[in-house]
Amino acid sequence: MAIKKRVVLHFPARRVDEPIIYKLVKDYDLVLNVLKASIMPNEEGRMVMELSGTKENYDKGIKYLQSAGVKIQSLGQDVRRNDAHCTHCGVCVVVCPSGALSLDHKTRMVKFDSAECTACELCVLACPPRAMGVYL
Amino acid sequence: MAKTISEINEKIKKGQAVVVNAEEIIDLVAKKGMEKVAREVDVVTTGTFGPMCSSSAYFNLGHTKPRIKLGGGRVYLNDIPAYTGVAAVDIILGATAMPDDDPRNRVHPGAFNYGGGHVIEALVAGKDVRLVATAYGTDCYPRKKLESWICLKDLNEAVLFNMRNAYQNYNVAVNLSDKTIYTYLGVLKPNLGNANYCSAGQLSPLLNDPFYKTIGIGTRIFLGGGVGYVAWQGTQHSPAALRGDNGVPRRGAGTLAVIGDLKGMNPRWLVGTSMLGYGPTMTVGIGVPIPILNEEILRYTAVKDEDIYAAVVDYSDAYSQRKPDIVGEVSYAQLKSGIVVLQNKKVPTASLSSYPRALEIANTLKDWIAKGKFLLTEAVAPLPGVESGLSAKPFNERPIEQKEL
Repeated sequence: MAIKKRVVLHFPARRVDEPIIYKLVKDYDLVLNVLKASIMPNEEGRMVMELSGTKENYDKGIKYLQSAGVKIQSLGQDVRRNDAHCTHCGVCVVVCPSGALSLDHKTRMVKFDSAECTACELCVLACPPRAMGVYL
Repeated sequence: MAKTISEINEKIKKGQAVVVNAEEIIDLVAKKGMEKVAREVDVVTTGTFGPMCSSSAYFNLGHTKPRIKLGGGRVYLNDIPAYTGVAAVDIILGATAMPDDDPRNRVHPGAFNYGGGHVIEALVAGKDVRLVATAYGTDCYPRKKLESWICLKDLNEAVLFNMRNAYQNYNVAVNLSDKTIYTYLGVLKPNLGNANYCSAGQLSPLLNDPFYKTIGIGTRIFLGGGVGYVAWQGTQHSPAALRGDNGVPRRGAGTLAVIGDLKGMNPRWLVGTSMLGYGPTMTVGIGVPIPILNEEILRYTAVKDEDIYAAVVDYSDAYSQRKPDIVGEVSYAQLKSGIVVLQNKKVPTASLSSYPRALEIANTLKDWIAKGKFLLTEAVAPLPGVESGLSAKPFNERPIEQKEL
């Protein structure tokens, strides 16, 4: 069974020098699409990626990441909207590259589909009432 | 059959007034015709909810013991500087004021997370705000320092006074350059990456009364969730702007100066706002009722998005350099479809003005009137109209000669 998931990986500072991603491809035959990455020596690294492969390989790959000390988080939890703050103006819609933020043309309300969010965070500062936030 | 405002008010008091919003009136007129609807409908309500920079509030803080003369001194509210150049304990806070130590655009684009608009929102929400003041001291006002929490209910007066709101139409902003720019109309991506607009279109107050036949000085309005009044024409009021055959301006035209008691307002309708790379401001909710006195006034309120046009302006050059060129004209129906075609390119659109919230304002006002809680007012004086020929002038720059020392 094939599986495709978007995840946020947090690398501990001490692991930055190991070829973890290489192993995911080579040993677990996973296809990965890096959406965003921030990896610096001696600092915690953060990488947002889409992982796809067979369910069996995906589970093994995740297990390997965990054993290597990488913390894994599903992406949906990363960028969130404070619904009490959102005024539904729509400025974010043209800034969002993934289509996670879109306009319902009937109600003219802004919809946020966190499953489509790639956590690029472009909406966070573009939002005039600052309703979009990053939560790690 | 013409009606008067006092006749409509009598119906409002009896709970018999027929009130619809500026969106509903469109279908109603299409279905029943002008003549019948002009007889049946008494009031059309409008609404708009967008960032409006020329907004401010003034406060009277009450006198401390011993007294302090803040005039000529410095006052900060949550680190935002307020204007003190008036009497001892009166201060004015502007929506775009920002902390002295805000990095502004030193690291571009600046975030501008907190400004005067945010303080106004906090006060209206009933929150405590930190007042820090220094003064020079006089014989009758000896105190030189004051640090205290303040909140809205402790102030003598707290009045929202906005010198320019509710613009009758506005530019659609695009970027023809090859790099992203950060404007008061939002982030504009390069090479016509997006087109941003800021008007509620068919719901917007002054687009429903294009010649200011009913909206004038003294008109009672919905302001920031409470009740306010039109105080004057707004700054840059330009009734002589280019208009279409239907009388509706095709460029920024009329504006309103509005005033109201902040203590009756609601933070849902006064929202501190941050424009990336531009500055802080405040999003303001305004709704104006339009009495349907005759068929002509009804016809104006039945205006549709497809009949309202706005100019598309390049903010990377034409706007910043004050050149008259426009990229084109588009209707609000096209803007609201999500895509406009400019220079043979499909350009995604975004709005800074919230249409669902504008509709909520129009419906709230409709509810107030239908329940007899809100009566209409006769204008005390009209706003300058087309016949005034009034149009905002550019700055007349006269360089000052530097004398050699």
